[in-house]
Amino acid sequence: MGSQGGFYQSKEFLDLVKSIGEARSKAEEDRIVLNEIETLKRRISEPDIPKRKMKEYIIRLVYIEMLGHDASFGYIHAVKMTHDDSLLVKRTGYLAVTLFLNEDHDLIILIVNTIQKDLKSDNYLVVCAALNAVCKLINEETIPAVLPQVMELLAHPKEAVRKKAIMALHRFYQKSPSSVSHLVSNFRKRLCDNDPGVMGATLCPLFELIARDVNSYKDLVISFVSILKQVAERRLSKAYDCHQMPAPFIQIKLLKILALLGSGDKQASENMYTVVGDIFRKCDSSSNIGNAVLYECICCVSSIYPNPKLLESAADVISRFLKSDSHNLKYMGIDALGRLIKISPEIAEQHQLAVIDCLEDPDDTLKRKTFELLYKMTKSTNVEVIVDRMIDYMISISDNHYKTEIASRCVELAEQFAPSNQWFIQTMNRVFEHAGDLVNIKVAHSLMRLIAEGFGEDDDNADSKLRSSAVESYLRILGEPKLPSVFLQVICWVLGEYGTADGMFSASDITGKLCDVAEAYSNDETVKAYATTALMKIYAFEIAARRKVDMLPECQSLMEELLASHSTDLQQRAYELQAVIGLDAHAVECIMPSDASCEDIEVDRDLSFLNDYIQEAIEKGAQPYIPESERSGMLNISNFRNQDHHEASSHGLRFEAYELPKPALQSRIPQALIASTEIVPVPEPMYPRESYQTTMPSIPSDAGSAELKLRLEGVQKKWGRPTYTPATSTSNSTSQKTVNGTSQGDGASTVSSMRETYDSRKPQVEVSHEKQKLAASLFGGSSKTEKRPATGHKAAKASSHMVEKSHVPKSSMEVASDKAASAQQPPNLLDLGEPTATSTALQLDPFKQLEGLLDTTEVASAVNGAPAASVSPDIMALYVDTAAGIHNKNDADLLSGLSNPSVTNMPGTTAMPQVTQSSSKRPNPKDSLEKDALVRQMGVNPSSQNPNLFKDLLG
Amino acid sequence: MIHFVLLISRQGKVRLTKWYSPYSQKERTKVIRELSGLILTRGPKLCNFVEWRGLRVVYKRYASLYFCMCIDEDDNELEILEIIHHYVEVLDRYFGSVCELDLIYNFHKAYFILDELLIAGELQEPSKRTVTRLVAAQDSLVETAKEQTSSITNIIAQAAK
Repeated sequence: MGSQGGFYQSKEFLDLVKSIGEARSKAEEDRIVLNEIETLKRRISEPDIPKRKMKEYIIRLVYIEMLGHDASFGYIHAVKMTHDDSLLVKRTGYLAVTLFLNEDHDLIILIVNTIQKDLKSDNYLVVCAALNAVCKLINEETIPAVLPQVMELLAHPKEAVRKKAIMALHRFYQKSPSSVSHLVSNFRKRLCDNDPGVMGATLCPLFELIARDVNSYKDLVISFVSILKQVAERRLSKAYDCHQMPAPFIQIKLLKILALLGSGDKQASENMYTVVGDIFRKCDSSSNIGNAVLYECICCVSSIYPNPKLLESAADVISRFLKSDSHNLKYMGIDALGRLIKISPEIAEQHQLAVIDCLEDPDDTLKRKTFELLYKMTKSTNVEVIVDRMIDYMISISDNHYKTEIASRCVELAEQFAPSNQWFIQTMNRVFEHAGDLVNIKVAHSLMRLIAEGFGEDDDNADSKLRSSAVESYLRILGEPKLPSVFLQVICWVLGEYGTADGMFSASDITGKLCDVAEAYSNDETVKAYATTALMKIYAFEIAARRKVDMLPECQSLMEELLASHSTDLQQRAYELQAVIGLDAHAVECIMPSDASCEDIEVDRDLSFLNDYIQEAIEKGAQPYIPESERSGMLNISNFRNQDHHEASSHGLRFEAYELPKPALQSRIPQALIASTEIVPVPEPMYPRESYQTTMPSIPSDAGSAELKLRLEGVQKKWGRPTYTPATSTSNSTSQKTVNGTSQGDGASTVSSMRETYDSRKPQVEVSHEKQKLAASLFGGSSKTEKRPATGHKAAKASSHMVEKSHVPKSSMEVASDKAASAQQPPNLLDLGEPTATSTALQLDPFKQLEGLLDTTEVASAVNGAPAASVSPDIMALYVDTAAGIHNKNDADLLSGLSNPSVTNMPGTTAMPQVTQSSSKRPNPKDSLEKDALVRQMGVNPSSQNPNLFKDLLG
Repeated sequence: MIHFVLLISRQGKVRLTKWYSPYSQKERTKVIRELSGLILTRGPKLCNFVEWRGLRVVYKRYASLYFCMCIDEDDNELEILEIIHHYVEVLDRYFGSVCELDLIYNFHKAYFILDELLIAGELQEPSKRTVTRLVAAQDSLVETAKEQTSSITNIIAQAAK
């Protein structure tokens, strides 16, 4: 196998890779790559390039593209390469096109023909290469071109081909469900394939199909359960084992499927209990993959119809995860807890301190996961603590994506569970202040509505208190610099509406502040508009209250500025303000009634107030208005639209001839009318899920005729009429209030039941007071908590760095590079400054010297394994000494890699894992030496700065 | 589903990228930059998962090389971790004690192996033996092709004499 690690490429390419490795800055790297692009552009278009050379150019293109540069000038050559006869060249061509082209690229149409030909090849490797390309490149339009062949390949004698054909069909289904909807039964058939690999691959598409339509697959429950049982009982070949776990990847997929099938279905779930219980028992929880299966079991248990025994096992596993030192397992534990508390909320209590530890962990990922859990378990009793923590965290991070998410969660929780108005306003203020520009504008609107309507109780007094506390806090906040626009809009609106309502602040106070806002944020027209309208309201209320209005000088200058504004909106508002100020008190009262933002405005749809006017016009001889429904030709339009719609749903273009126009009526339809009926529906994007429901009647699979032309029926339309979905955004506040009320009730009752369970528990011995308090506030106000050693977590953290540092050299190669570090300090990873010829390098190269120490002076003999011989006995001795009893355990732990903390905990310390590893593999020193020699032949020196490059990845 | 696979060295150099979901070249560069900033700075004992743009990135360090896979939120992170390890083991069998240098110079081979392991963002073959066998079959075909061409050139050369 060692020979395959050789380097076939030309010197030129190696030089390129080397120089990029040496580049000290991004700029230098870019320069090198640009140079290379120039060279390639020139060379690649030369005539009569030998295939081998061309293949190398294409690989160089891949390299360039991998480094983030544009290699599109060479795409066409990669496409050409797929046409080649020899697999050697073809394979590189396919690799390059799958890496270069996205499914919507224009060049794909040029490859389809080759793919068709290759799918028919009698060499299964060619077919495999083509199928790989099919999965990546075939798009909606080209599916019909290859579908018949892919279908045939489902029965190919080679299992590798069947497997890839299944995956290709799955990909087709993902891209255009309707194009293969009639072929779905093939997946069921392949489930019974003799080869476990093919069966396993079939589970991917089945999972997706079942996720979309559970009910038509209920009959498969028994089959899935029996497959899972057989897998768990090790009926599959050993080749599918993974660290003593029988075919874990297949188990995981099956558990996922069962979770879907058993969800809310008692009968189906009952079939699964035994096998899931078995897996819980059999799983090896010391290996990573074993834990992966266990986690999937928990997901399954929390999804299917609950079974107390399984829930208990799940809870056991969760507590094992949470108590583990590994952050990965803690993370999975928190996630699993979040799933399980939906079914049995009481399980969270026993883990409260573990949860709080995770919340305070320096690891951001873990922290976020914990916030997710807290979000799921928020009740009216703990909302204050949770939201408070969330906001603190939100302020501390800079990742906008997550900030937005957590902000909207805060808002949601606050709206649902707010214990008091005061708290709600304060919370919203904090959210807006720190993430205002990231929250959805709807949130701002609902906040305004909430302040306007109050919390729903009939107590007007409380409402006005809420408003004045809002006004007060806003006036204070306005002093701070740089507030987000959305927040300013809310502030302006509230100040305008309620600023002077309770008489605490005078009109000039408020208007002064509003003018300041308009001035300070003069680039933001929306804020300015809000401020202007707020000013108008304040003045209108003053006039209506028969008070004397003095416009502040800054306000006057603001108005003058706005009257001449470029924005017509601002201008209009300014003119309106001017007009309102000029009116008398009574008129103003009618236009701007005080505190009337919640009053319904009645819209007179019949426009009855215009009756007199119309009457007058008709008397003067005007044509009477004909309602839309009675207009001639309207019937035709709707017919026309129906017809049109029908066709559009099959595809965008119609190929059959259009019917002859009905001459008389249609031409009379005014153009504008058509336009209006067309445009009015808001073009909502069609969601894939919806479009699946409109799937076509199944297409007959006439393989012959469909071979070459594109089959367009059933392909999801792109240019058709957009479907209209009525916007449902009008969240109605009364329903919200009822939700609020009931959930509060719920919360209270669960808390009381929780307290009872706490009291029966043993008193806590030694947990820091602060944490206890936090736990109490999060989990329902009891200081009696489960005992948990508080030290373990922190101590483990301290030892974390040990793992990385402790690389015990396992081969002579590494010893050499370490020594080299002290001997010589070349600046970079791939130091290639050394002369290429080995003979001259001999004197300087510390590697050689070391090899000399080990055995002979000649490289050749070193390569031949002499040093390996001298080293391996030592390794073996070490191994025998220390590893005797715990080999298995070690092996398992190795799997979780360098970052796994459990490595440090092991007896025999850090040398152990590597020793066992190397003894279980081929003799390592020999391999590394061979490689080393090879590399040096090429002129690459294992420089001391980065011995890592040579380090065995699995070591 | 796996959205993409990245191999980044500790210095932030890209060793391999494979995209199963459509990303434009510009997006790709951005993704790599963002993720290497996120992942390379993480301490050794933290979890091997990162949340990123509503997705999860599972990464694992082998020597100086980070293997990263981006998955959906509801996928099983531990499983992906195992898939990464699976890939490394296959690479190791193929190259014989694989090291970063192997991947630097033979990145196309790493791609071929990945193509046998993952397809369309899903694990297609859970058996290491099968993957190794398939890749070897392709390679041997390449070898014989090479031999054939060289023998043909020999024949031609001899005929030309």
